[in-house]
Amino acid sequence: MKSALTVVVVDDHQMFRTGVRSELGGSVTIVGEAEDVDSAVAVIEETEPSVVLLDVHLPGGGGAEVVRRVHQRGPDRKFLALSVSDAAEDVIGVIRAGARGYVTKNITGPELVDAIRRVADGDAVFSPRLAGFVLDAFAGTIEVAQVDEDLDRLTEREREVMRLIARGYAYKEVAKELFISIKTVETHVSSVLRKLQLSSRHELTRWASDRRLI
Amino acid sequence: MVGGVAAGLAEHFGIDVFWVRLAFVVGTWANGFGVLVYIALWRLLPQGEPADPHQPAGLASATRRGLRTPRRTSRLPGGDLGQTLALIVLGLGVLLLQEQLGWGLANHLFWPLMIAVAGLALLWRQADEAQRQRWAGTNPDVPVLGLLLGGGGWAAVLRLGLGAMLLASAIGLFVAQSRGPEALGVVAIATMLALGGLGLLLGPWIHRLTRDLAAERRERVRSQARADMAAHLHDSVLQTLALLQRHAGDARTVARLARRQERELREWLYADSGPSGETLRAALAAVAAEVEDRHDVTVEVVGVGDVPMDDTLAAMVRAAGEAMVNAAKHSGAGHVDVYAETAGPKVEVFVRDRGAGFDPEAIPEGRLGIRESIRGRMERHGGMADVRSAPGEGTEVRLSMTLQERDEESTR
Repeated sequence: MKSALTVVVVDDHQMFRTGVRSELGGSVTIVGEAEDVDSAVAVIEETEPSVVLLDVHLPGGGGAEVVRRVHQRGPDRKFLALSVSDAAEDVIGVIRAGARGYVTKNITGPELVDAIRRVADGDAVFSPRLAGFVLDAFAGTIEVAQVDEDLDRLTEREREVMRLIARGYAYKEVAKELFISIKTVETHVSSVLRKLQLSSRHELTRWASDRRLI
Repeated sequence: MVGGVAAGLAEHFGIDVFWVRLAFVVGTWANGFGVLVYIALWRLLPQGEPADPHQPAGLASATRRGLRTPRRTSRLPGGDLGQTLALIVLGLGVLLLQEQLGWGLANHLFWPLMIAVAGLALLWRQADEAQRQRWAGTNPDVPVLGLLLGGGGWAAVLRLGLGAMLLASAIGLFVAQSRGPEALGVVAIATMLALGGLGLLLGPWIHRLTRDLAAERRERVRSQARADMAAHLHDSVLQTLALLQRHAGDARTVARLARRQERELREWLYADSGPSGETLRAALAAVAAEVEDRHDVTVEVVGVGDVPMDDTLAAMVRAAGEAMVNAAKHSGAGHVDVYAETAGPKVEVFVRDRGAGFDPEAIPEGRLGIRESIRGRMERHGGMADVRSAPGEGTEVRLSMTLQERDEESTR
């Protein structure tokens, strides 16, 4: 079955783009490639893919800049971030700019296809590492008089889901472990993503910049 | 706020910028001493490079090449500005008070001095800016006037003009005030002032020369850093590439070599944990690296919170290492997830694989791995270990421990 999923691959390394193309070739249709911010924005707006695979580090201002610029005109465009660097600050940055998930570049082909599909369906994709970042960022107590408390705190259930993902559980394993449906797991993860993007919690930014000193 | 001297000093000494500013203001009461010190420091202090020296090499390079999105600081400058203004007003108030009470400098000296200082500050400031632009390379060949003006456009011209005007009026005021019977003295003073003014105007150019020397020195340091990097690449990457070619037929060895090289490079470029062995996360990462090397698997370590290592934790890390080895040897899975969480005094480590799994009740007597190395070790140190596994479902080993005699501050 030829999938209707269309993908644009944005990465400044030709070798990586070729690798992705050969690995994903059968499962999704790659409609475009780009290697920096400007060309990425142009290609994405021209081809209108279901999902954009976006490198976090990119000439011209980084992946976050691409998301910001594309979202100004097409706020529904979906991005999946990926990188080799694992630099918390940058990963959180691109998520907060509007990407719907983050995976590391050593992800296997089938897992990547799965993640792309999930993002295309409007769900969020959290790798164990991103779940770890999130737990770290939302850790600790927070003062009561916050502007929007709901956004600044994870619910107990969301925290549980994040911990299981950080422990390496796939969504369906999380669902089984907590006796909930996969759909519910997806709802929780999307809600965490929303909080990550919208929270004004200042610790979030400070944490991200402090973290590399730990 | 003007030259960033106070902020720079505060950063250097690690104290709040407020105290430094206060010190300058208090210093000003002693006949404007604080202002002079401020200007002197402004000139003499090295200009800080905005780059963070603690940034790992890979990130620093990505920042420089514009691969990253610049972080938007959410802090409002308002508070800072308000504080500075308040301090300036306070300082001026005390100055005027001194004036009234007749301490400090005599009136006819005071105002010319104040105006001259303001004018000079503007002039120097302008030169400073021009200098910065010259370094940035936007104005490769600036003519003489261009040096003072920089690329600042009208603001620069305005600042320059204002500075010169202030200086001139200061000299004029001084001469006017001190015009008295001793006409000879006036001429002498005027000459001196003219010469002095000229010197002050030329100062920036002379200073530029010394600055350029400093820049050259910095360039030398940079090229040394480049040489270090080349040496590092030679020792690690080149060696690995040579080995890879020799083992090209052996897929397992190639994968292992590539994995080790990747880990090393990643650590070098983006290291976010301290030197290995100092904290729990670093220790776990070191053990995971060893397991990756010896057995043919990838081990991903994710951590939340961290805590400095001690003997109990060392036992925990060894137990975790044993669990990783078991997963690598017996599960048949190619990937092991390790998750470590520190929350207050409680430390938990999970080691999970998606491999064959086994029935925990049916471990043969001879296999000491889980029983002795993991559970026994944890229990001897006051911790707990439990194993969840079922055939076909993978295995997860959970280690937990509550740290004692440790104040909250040491855990983060």
